[in-house]
Amino acid sequence: MTYLYYPGCSLKGTGRGYEESLLAVFDALQLPWAEVKDWNCCGATAYMAVDEVKAFTLAARNLAIAREQGGETAQVIAPCSACYLVLCKAQHVIHDAPEIGARITDALGAAQLTYGPRVQVRHPLDVLINDVGTERLAAAATAPLRGRRVACYYGCQMVRPYATFDDQYAPTSMDRVLRAMGAETVDWPLKTRCCGGTLTGTIEDVGLRLNYILLREAKKRGADAIATACPLCQFNLECYQDKISAVYGASRLPVLYFSQFMGMALGLSEARLGIQRNFVPLAAAV
Amino acid sequence: MATLGPNQGDAVRIGVYICHCGINIAGKVDVADVTQFAASLPGVVVARDYKFMCSDPGQELIQQDIREHGLNRIVVASCSPLMHEATFRRAAAEGGINPFFFQMANIREHVSWVTADKAAATEKSRALVAAAVSRVGGHEALERQRVAVKPDVLVVGGGIAGIHAALTLADSGKTVYLVEREPTIGGHMAKFDKTFPTLDCAACILTPKMSLVRQHPNITLWTYAEVADVSGYVGNFSVTVRRKPRYVIEDRCVGCNACVEACVFKEGKFADEFNYGLAKRKPVYMPFPQATPSVVLIDPATCLHFKTGKCKQACKAACERDAIDFDQRDELVEIEVGAIVVATGFQPFDAERVPEYGYGQYPGVYTSLEVERLVNASGPTGGEITLRDGRVPKAVGIIHCVGSRDHATNKYCSRVCCMYSLKLAHLVKERTGAEIYNFYIDMRTPGKGYEEFYDKLLEEGVHFIRGRAAEVTDWTMTPDEEGKLVIRAEDTLIGAVRRIPVDMVVLSVGLEAQADAGEVRRLFNISCSHEGWFLERHPKLAPVSTFTDGVFLAGACQGPKDIPDTVAQAGAAAAEAMALIDKGYVELEPNTAFIDEERCSGCKTCIAMCPYSAISFIADARVARVNEALCKGCGTCVAACPSAAAQQHLFTDDQIFDEIAGVLSYV
Repeated sequence: MTYLYYPGCSLKGTGRGYEESLLAVFDALQLPWAEVKDWNCCGATAYMAVDEVKAFTLAARNLAIAREQGGETAQVIAPCSACYLVLCKAQHVIHDAPEIGARITDALGAAQLTYGPRVQVRHPLDVLINDVGTERLAAAATAPLRGRRVACYYGCQMVRPYATFDDQYAPTSMDRVLRAMGAETVDWPLKTRCCGGTLTGTIEDVGLRLNYILLREAKKRGADAIATACPLCQFNLECYQDKISAVYGASRLPVLYFSQFMGMALGLSEARLGIQRNFVPLAAAV
Repeated sequence: MATLGPNQGDAVRIGVYICHCGINIAGKVDVADVTQFAASLPGVVVARDYKFMCSDPGQELIQQDIREHGLNRIVVASCSPLMHEATFRRAAAEGGINPFFFQMANIREHVSWVTADKAAATEKSRALVAAAVSRVGGHEALERQRVAVKPDVLVVGGGIAGIHAALTLADSGKTVYLVEREPTIGGHMAKFDKTFPTLDCAACILTPKMSLVRQHPNITLWTYAEVADVSGYVGNFSVTVRRKPRYVIEDRCVGCNACVEACVFKEGKFADEFNYGLAKRKPVYMPFPQATPSVVLIDPATCLHFKTGKCKQACKAACERDAIDFDQRDELVEIEVGAIVVATGFQPFDAERVPEYGYGQYPGVYTSLEVERLVNASGPTGGEITLRDGRVPKAVGIIHCVGSRDHATNKYCSRVCCMYSLKLAHLVKERTGAEIYNFYIDMRTPGKGYEEFYDKLLEEGVHFIRGRAAEVTDWTMTPDEEGKLVIRAEDTLIGAVRRIPVDMVVLSVGLEAQADAGEVRRLFNISCSHEGWFLERHPKLAPVSTFTDGVFLAGACQGPKDIPDTVAQAGAAAAEAMALIDKGYVELEPNTAFIDEERCSGCKTCIAMCPYSAISFIADARVARVNEALCKGCGTCVAACPSAAAQQHLFTDDQIFDEIAGVLSYV
């Protein structure tokens, strides 16, 4: 079976390092993938705030074309947390609110598309933990991340409100994956605490404070880097470190996608993993 | 229609009464129209409407008409038969006719309460009245059978509810069997230090009652035992009790603890259930010093003898009375009782289900019941409030409504948590001088002296922060938070998010139905609310009865309640059981099934279908026969019988067809 990769806008833009590293990891683990053809916006934030039904219709179109491409039980991989949440939410709404569901399926019908209720939306961590398993991951780690202490940061949208494959309050999938890769992960209570979302762009001081709390606590617990699974979290945590340091004092910490760490453990080159795109350089492992 | 019943020599003379039920019915149904319509039906001699038929004057109306008009059949169109069928049957009987020459038409629950349109409601009421009138003519005179009641009572559960019910019954001279599944009676109350709002010592008021139970000549106490099976019916229950092996012969043990001293484990090693794991016990142990009965038990899951077979059995050697018996097995005891009081209590909410409060993750987070043990002078720390790391807390946060008033866990209020949180706040402050912060949604203190107790706490300088705590965490913002647990909460009175650093967090866990409430419910054939609480027969007027006659409820198994309410309810349940037993007999409703033996082919279909095992096969006659005392009148056999031999009083085919004909005649 081929996983259908749904990039969404971020993985082609600010989150290119996520795309590059994730697909390289999939290749290295021999997980077959193909990009969803003619995909469109997932319907996240801006759309959702203006017109929910249109937002869900956009999401549902992606699922409908995935069905055409991969059949009734196609598996869509949505690495961006916002995409993952919106695609899941569209499925729930179509299922739980038949009136809205009918409007969405009618709209798809106008474009000769059919919504398939059995198409699955999956997060790459779900695939890595449940389809591959930590034993196979550990066996594949030819260059294990010995000496790395990583704070795994999940953000909110991956586990809330739909805790489909991990715990809502204390998720562990990323920790388990990176530990299988040889890294040490730090235990901290802020795994799902807010990264500020779009507040960094609107009410900056609030956004900066939230990211400061995350950076400070990760450092305090001895982490030498933060791993994320969401392009917006990565952007907020990494790109504002100058401003945060100016306000709160030195707050520097590398912030990588979990897939970049995985790629390193699988022996892939930094260039293939897009590590050169990161602003805060990762020091060599101790 | 309106044919003569076999027991009736005279022509059918029907009286029809349409009840207004205030505006409950009259607000939607044109009662005058229905009355006029009823008067036109064949066999009807008199038809009237009245404001409240169930009232004294309403019933008198029926009796007067029976006398003056020679009525021999009565139809009342009013509420549900569940509400007032018994009332009107009694009125008919007092008027001088057989109480089963009566039929009720439900035009309240089935019509006025569920119909928006007045014309439609009136039409439907007419149809139901026509049906009742059509069927009542064919009613037969029936007699209620009297069955003697067994004089003994079973009380299930030995917490304060079961203890109080058992003592009340025993004091009145009843023989009581008290069955408790734990090795000692006392329940949750035995674990408390003080009780709110009077701060009496729980042990001082409970343990005398526990030893009274043990000594009472009318009480047979079986601890470490469970009810395994219940059969029979009101007044005549057969109950099987399974006594679990404690590997100690109860009659021989005097509670000297010599065996515990002698055990090959020199120190306690295993989590002590009574202290929620805050202390350790040995495999042979006394549950707590005042355990009743004062008898030790051996836990086979931890005992070396049971685990390896290679123990030198020092406990057995140490017992001068030779009370230790490693070969004990389950023992089944059969008893016959007339009434059952179910007092199986509650279980505390599992705090790990609210992960954001860190129970099981941070050692400084405790449940309220654990703190009850910590403040208890006979608890694991002798009443010293020390944390798991040995420190004495300087600041303590008490989080209310953990597992209560929460859509993610339990929606209901557990009723006791505000008050016990206040009590714990007082006790912890008194013993440690710590700053105490209560995080509450609303303070609920409706009870005698409760609000006054809250006032007292306010004066003692306990802090109250109005807002549900968001999380307990150990990430810090400021130096004074280092090494502390931080409670984050929105203080809704000042409109700000607050971070309160504390050393100890107390989670005020709510009350839940016991995990096996579903099985217990089936055992006693009683109902549960969707939360698992046992359902009373009527929330206001029959709060300790159940839908199964002869089975009564006491205490928190019916819903969360505090000790005063529990004791009051236990007394009420005991009184209801006494009323049943002292009457000496029960009257069985005659709406039972019977077999027309002429038509019975002996196929036994009905025997397998009967849920109450009320039908047996008579080998000589090769027919089935119904035991009317066991039959509940469900009608399953009647429907299943292929030769129409099984029939049911009050629901014969003719009566049902008459009823249908009545509805259809109107259509």
